[in-house]
Amino acid sequence: MLQSLVHVCLAGISAGMFIWLVASGLTLVFGVLRVLNFAHGSFYMLGAYLCFAVLKAMGGNFWLGLLLGPLVVSMVGYVMERYLLRLVYHLELPYQLLLTFAMVLIFDDLVKMIWGAGSIGSPAVPGLSGSVSIAGREFPVYNLFIIAVGPLVALGLYGLLEKTWWGRIVRASASDREMALSIGVNVPLLYSGVFMFGAWLSAVGGALAVPYVGLLTTGMGEAIIISAFIVVVIGGLGSLKGAFLGSLIVGLLSSFGTRFMPMLDMFLTFGLMAAVLLWRPQGFFAEG
Amino acid sequence: MNQYWKYFLMLGCLGALVGIGFVSGPFVLYLATRIMILCIFALGYNLLLGRTGLLSFGHAAFFAIGAYGLAITSIHISAHPLLGILIGVTAAALLSLCIGFFCVRHTEIYFAMLTLAFGMMVFALIWNLRSITGGDDGLYGISRTAISLGIVNIPIRKDYQFYYFVLLFFVASVFLIHRIYSSPFGLALAGIRENHIRAEFAGLSVKAYRLGVFTVSGAFAGLAGSLSALLESNVAPFSAHWSHSAEPVLVSLIGGLQTFSGPLVGSIVFVALREVLQRFTYNWMFWFGVLLLAIIIGFRGGIVGSISDAFRKYSRP
Repeated sequence: MLQSLVHVCLAGISAGMFIWLVASGLTLVFGVLRVLNFAHGSFYMLGAYLCFAVLKAMGGNFWLGLLLGPLVVSMVGYVMERYLLRLVYHLELPYQLLLTFAMVLIFDDLVKMIWGAGSIGSPAVPGLSGSVSIAGREFPVYNLFIIAVGPLVALGLYGLLEKTWWGRIVRASASDREMALSIGVNVPLLYSGVFMFGAWLSAVGGALAVPYVGLLTTGMGEAIIISAFIVVVIGGLGSLKGAFLGSLIVGLLSSFGTRFMPMLDMFLTFGLMAAVLLWRPQGFFAEG
Repeated sequence: MNQYWKYFLMLGCLGALVGIGFVSGPFVLYLATRIMILCIFALGYNLLLGRTGLLSFGHAAFFAIGAYGLAITSIHISAHPLLGILIGVTAAALLSLCIGFFCVRHTEIYFAMLTLAFGMMVFALIWNLRSITGGDDGLYGISRTAISLGIVNIPIRKDYQFYYFVLLFFVASVFLIHRIYSSPFGLALAGIRENHIRAEFAGLSVKAYRLGVFTVSGAFAGLAGSLSALLESNVAPFSAHWSHSAEPVLVSLIGGLQTFSGPLVGSIVFVALREVLQRFTYNWMFWFGVLLLAIIIGFRGGIVGSISDAFRKYSRP
């Protein structure tokens, strides 16, 4: 029993770390740009497929894919922010949400056109392929690696936002756009930068998911964006700390749910989201 | 456009709709029936989105409850279509009343997220309660038995018969929603969309109005769901998935959010365009995405809005 508990926990945490990589970008973009981006899951999917493509073309080097795939995706993010999103900042919410939803349709079908509609398999990573024995049962090394990456990204983000000059500018623009503009911050450029960074984070998640999920499908973006929505709602829209803890909660909830009550798993997760929205719309972990 | 033209136009459309039932083959009848069902869904939905300014991702759930209500009634209780529709619509209205009660506490993004959460809870229930809903298989074998009204039996099994059956509901819904638009209730909704704080100061109970319109649009979604269950003779769980809620949004947006007739035009264009695109390409979603971008960036009035703008410019030189 203890064995299986430990393993359910580990599986939940590693699943939560993928959601965290998507949710961190989502909540960062919302915090600064005030746009909830449906297409953020598509960046995850694009990151995965591009990593896979690089991997195929360059003779199976996963690390090269992890480096190049997300870079390309952040370029895509730049184009989307600069030439589309920028046109709708002044519009009402439905238009903004629907614009990003249109991008989901476009990205999904683009991936289908390029790589085909079926699922494609993915290879193991050299160096991280084996498994270790934890509490008397085998656990993949790669999942341990993921569990380490999540908190590292969180630490990096914290350092970047709280300790650097760039982070101060970003936080200033998030809290008062007009004031930031008037003291000479190039806010449009900053928006592009934040959006690209968010897209990059999500794509890194996608690229890391290539060896983890084993199969790439065009539905993977939509699946994770809903989890990421739940996470940012639970953590409070715009709060990174909340998103990290929320990812852990949703990851653990779904792994315990599938293990112990598979019938109620999805219902409980969305129920939690609704409950948080009703009683603490600013999020569980938001300050104040 | 003066009043008489409007009446002529309406009579012409009605005549054309009746005519289609006489002359068309099964494929056109099927498409026309689907368009009318989508119209009912979208018209009801646009009361909420276009008129009140609330974006819901949960209406697929009400659509599905209408469909499942009819399916379960017809399988377990009685195959009388009117009873099934009545139960489907009532269930959808009650559910939207309950869900709406919580959702209208928020607006904007929180409202959208709440409707998403509640809608997906319904989806989760439909997906997992296999013994009642058939799980991922859905329910099938729903028959279109004749409507028995005491002494007469009206058959709706054949395509053209069912077409007229749906036409009746379609005309009734259009009339009803048109009445709602021009009623004090409908005008108050537009006031709430434009400035909800001022509406509150004017003494309107904004939450009650929002709940009211949420329930009404949920009931119309349920009606559309029931009719589509009869049309397809099966129901699938993915009709409750949030992505299905995007359909009435797209339709309203294509036609024009701020207009009454937008969803009507939008439904025709949506279904026809999808049929055409599917002939030429597997990637019709891509083209819909591009169309949606074009509308959001360039033609926010949609088809109806853009045309009536052009008309106004032309008639007033």
